[in-house]
Order: sequence, then structure tokens, then C-alpha cells
Amino acid sequence: MAGTPRLTRQETAHVARLARIALTDEELEQFAGQLAAVLEHAAAVSALETEGVPPTAHPLPLRNVLRPDEVRPCLDRDEVLSQAPAAEEGRFRVPRILGESP
Amino acid sequence: MPDFESVIGLEVHCELATATKLFCGCRNAFGDEPNTNVCPVCLGLPGSLPVLNAGAVELAMRIGMALHCEVRPSVFHRKNYFYPDMPKDYQVSQYDEPINVDGYLELPDGSRVGIVRAHLEEDTGKTTHVGGGGRIHDAEHALVDYNRAGVPLVEIVSAPDLRTSGQARAYAGELRSILVATGASDGRMEEGSMRVDANVSIRPVGSAELGTRCEIKNLNSLRSLVRAIDHEIARQTEVVGAGDRVVQQTRHWDEEAGRTVALRSKEEAFDYRYFPEPDLVPVAPDAGWQEEVASALPPMPAERRARLRSLVAPEGAVAAAQDDQIATVVEQELDALVVAAVEGGVGAGLALARTANEAAADAEGSRKVDPQAFRALLLLEQEGTITATQAKAVLGELLEHGGDPAEIARRKGFEAMDADRLAATVADVVAANPPEWERFRSGEDKLAQFFIGQVMKATSGKADGKAVVAELRRLRG
Repeated sequence: MAGTPRLTRQETAHVARLARIALTDEELEQFAGQLAAVLEHAAAVSALETEGVPPTAHPLPLRNVLRPDEVRPCLDRDEVLSQAPAAEEGRFRVPRILGESP
Repeated sequence: MPDFESVIGLEVHCELATATKLFCGCRNAFGDEPNTNVCPVCLGLPGSLPVLNAGAVELAMRIGMALHCEVRPSVFHRKNYFYPDMPKDYQVSQYDEPINVDGYLELPDGSRVGIVRAHLEEDTGKTTHVGGGGRIHDAEHALVDYNRAGVPLVEIVSAPDLRTSGQARAYAGELRSILVATGASDGRMEEGSMRVDANVSIRPVGSAELGTRCEIKNLNSLRSLVRAIDHEIARQTEVVGAGDRVVQQTRHWDEEAGRTVALRSKEEAFDYRYFPEPDLVPVAPDAGWQEEVASALPPMPAERRARLRSLVAPEGAVAAAQDDQIATVVEQELDALVVAAVEGGVGAGLALARTANEAAADAEGSRKVDPQAFRALLLLEQEGTITATQAKAVLGELLEHGGDPAEIARRKGFEAMDADRLAATVADVVAANPPEWERFRSGEDKLAQFFIGQVMKATSGKADGKAVVAELRRLRG
């Protein structure tokens, strides 16, 4: 692995928490190193001269991919709900929610 | 303690009146059976791909243009968060490159409120908390309906230009009128078609810096908006007065308790890790499309008010009371009634008053009524064929069932009292009441009311009060 990791354990823990991934201390250590390597690889881009190059929003040279505002058939509700772990009154049943709705 | 002023900015979410959702062909409808308008795209099933709805882009452009924004090439981002109202675990929104930027909204009093941006995004599903009396934290579980997930929204962000709850109300009301006029939305706050969040802060009068703000959610009516802002200003003033600092947070308006309550929020909840949505390419309406949309835009409320003002007072200023009536007429979308009546020879004062008072009381019926029938009715009143009271009764019938006003008046027995019969009745009444007549003759004008009453009694209310007064004046000489 080239260079020292520029990602602290704390930062790795923060990213893991945002992604709702539970990591053990060992895994934190391991992924901090691996993520740092990924970052380092991506950092190679910053070595390029990008002055005057507009930011890329999408790799394809496409714009305005649109569809007309026309109704298409939906899925059958019983079929949809049968795929869920739990359903009630035609709705998906989920565990109680803590924290704030965005 | 110095005096404080409040600084208010509003974020308005407007559901677009498209036939389908933003990224899939599922029906966009309010009140359908739960989870009947869902497909692999809006359920976030693996392998599904979004395709942008051209109709939603067009309505977003209309809103931007009506708010004098610049329409720009725009990019969609993913806003990542974990909450069951979005099955994908992210909401597609526009982040640093929104479709509309830098506009303004003109309030009825002529002042302008800056519009920072008006961007496209998708709505979330609807969560119902079960058990624990409906309170989120005490609930046992939640039920989710994804019919609304993926419905197109435009979020309109105002500059912090508002200073009072009254201005905030005026802004929200005017914005609602504009959204309805563009055809982008039905503007129904009670159905959630238009949702308003308020950012409120206070600062010492004269300070140019903004204070720490709180965002207030759950404002379901214009009345709630005013109450919540007033409460929040008082709360913040109290906090600062006690030597404490306002903490930046999201607060929930409790309509029943009449107060705002802090929502429990985790420190990291606001790190949404936005990144460009790889499944969607940028949308950049070209000049031709923009021109097409702009030219199809109907007149906006400010323009319609100006038109009515010019009808009412072709030369000179409009009286304040009539200006209020004009605002009501435009807000209730009843311009056509006033225009048809005035252009058809009805006096502007009468046309405005009947539209803003009687017609607006049944705005839904009035929007459907034939403007020419309305004009014909007001002409009957203006020419004295029927009285004001009778005209209001005919209007009620006309709004409910339609028809020909003259015919309705006949059916109700509101025949015109011809001038001869009226004159004869007035003469009888005068002859029967010599002392009152003497007082009226010597200049006691208020006695006219007495004679009107007597004539009404004699004619079972069919006489026109104004015609009675005219006849009395003629007799007095």
C-alpha cells in the first residue's frame, strides 16, 4: 500500500454509520486502510490540468432523455406486497421509526 | 435589551399536476387505494431505471418563468438517507444545478420577494404510525403507502426577504395563485398539493447579519403558517431575552397545542451525501422549448389585478376597498365574471361588489357559471328591474342550477314593478302619513327609510328602495 492512510478511524466510523454498516474494531482498521487506497487512486485525477474543463455530470454525451407524460400499467398490489416481509391494510408494514423524517 | 426583528424565508413544495410520476409511468393521483400506483422504478427494485417525465419538466419551467427565474441546464442528484418513505434509500432531487434560479415574486402591495431557486424532485411515500396514539416515538410500527413516492415536486425557495407573519401569508397566498394560474398545481394545502416550511430567525433591528434559524414543518394551512411563525418569533425572543442562544433545529408545529416542538434529530441526519444520479442525464431545455412554454403561459395574478384595476378606474387610483375586492376576485379566479359584466355595460362598482362578495361566497359554483348570464343578472339589477336583494337571490339560484336570470326572476315572482304602480303606491303612503311627510319635506332625509319600509310593506318587498327614494325626492320637488 502506497503512502500513509489519509483516512482516520474516526472518519471511517462516521462513513460506516452514515451507510448504516456496523463494523468491528478490526474491520474499522482494515477498511480505513482499504478506503484510503481507493481515495489515493482517485486522487490521481487531481494531478491533471483541469482548468477550463467543465465538470462532468454524466459520462454519456446525452441530454434531455425524456418520456411523454402518459400513464403505464402498474404492478398488482397483492403481488407487490407478497414480496415484503410484512404487510397490513394494503400497506408495507415496517418497524417503528426513530429519529426524524427528512 | 435591543428591539428584535424577525427574518423569514419560506420553502414551498408543490406537487405537479402531471398524469404520471417523475421517473415512471405510474399514475399521479391523490386518494387512490394504497400501493396501487407502484412499479419497479418507484419501488426501487433492482435493475429498474428512471426516465424523466417531459410533462414535469414543462410544468417546472412554467413555474420558473411565472416567478421570473432564469431557466438553466440542470442535473439530478441522489439525496441519501434511511427512512422507509423512500424504498430506494435516496430521493432524487436537484442540488447545486437546479432548473430555475434567481427570480422574484411580486406581492399584491407591489413589494418583491426574491426567489432563490425552484427545483425538481420526487415526493416520498406516505407513512402512517400505528399505536402510541399516532406519535412517532411511541408507535409500535408504521405502515407505508408508496403511491406518492416518485410524484413530481417543485420546491420553491424564497430569499429571507419576509419580516412578518402577515407578509409570509401574503407570499404563500400569492404563490398559490401563481401555481394555480400556471396549471402546475391545484394548490390544495389540505391535500398536501402545496406544503409550506418556514425558516424563522430573529436579529437586533439594524443588524445586517442573519440570526440562527429554525425550520418549522407541518404547516397545513395559511392560518397555521401565521400562528406558527408568530409563536416561533415569540419563543426565540424569549430565548435570547433570557441570555440563551437559539439552537438551529427543525421544529414541528402542533396545531392543537399552538406551539412548535423540537424534533429529535441525530447529529449526522443532515449529511445526505449528495452525488450526481448516474441513471439520469442532464436536462437542458433549448431556446425553442423554452419559447414554446413561455408563449403558452396564461396571464399571472399581478397582471390580472392590473387589468381589473384599469377596468374599474380607467383614469386614476382604485379605492382601497375596491383593491381588496380585486385581490379577492383574482385569488378566487373569478376575473371572467367582472370582465364580462363591465364590458357588457355593468358599472364596475356593482360588478366588483357582487363578484367579490356574493359570487366569491360560492367560488366553485361561480367558476362554472356562464359570465354572460352573470352580466345579464347584474344588468337587471342595475336597470332597477329587480332589487339588490332579489338579485342576490337569483344569483344563488343561478350558481346552483344555472339558467336564464330573467326567467329565474320571473319564476320567483320578482316581476318588475312598473313605474306607474310604484308612483301610485308612494303617493298612497305619503297621503296616509302626513306628519312624517311634513318632516321629510322640511329636510329630515332619514325619514326616507320610514317611507321605504311602508312601501315595502305595501308591495310585499317588491319595490326597489332606490326607486322609492327617487320618487319621494320628485314629490318633494
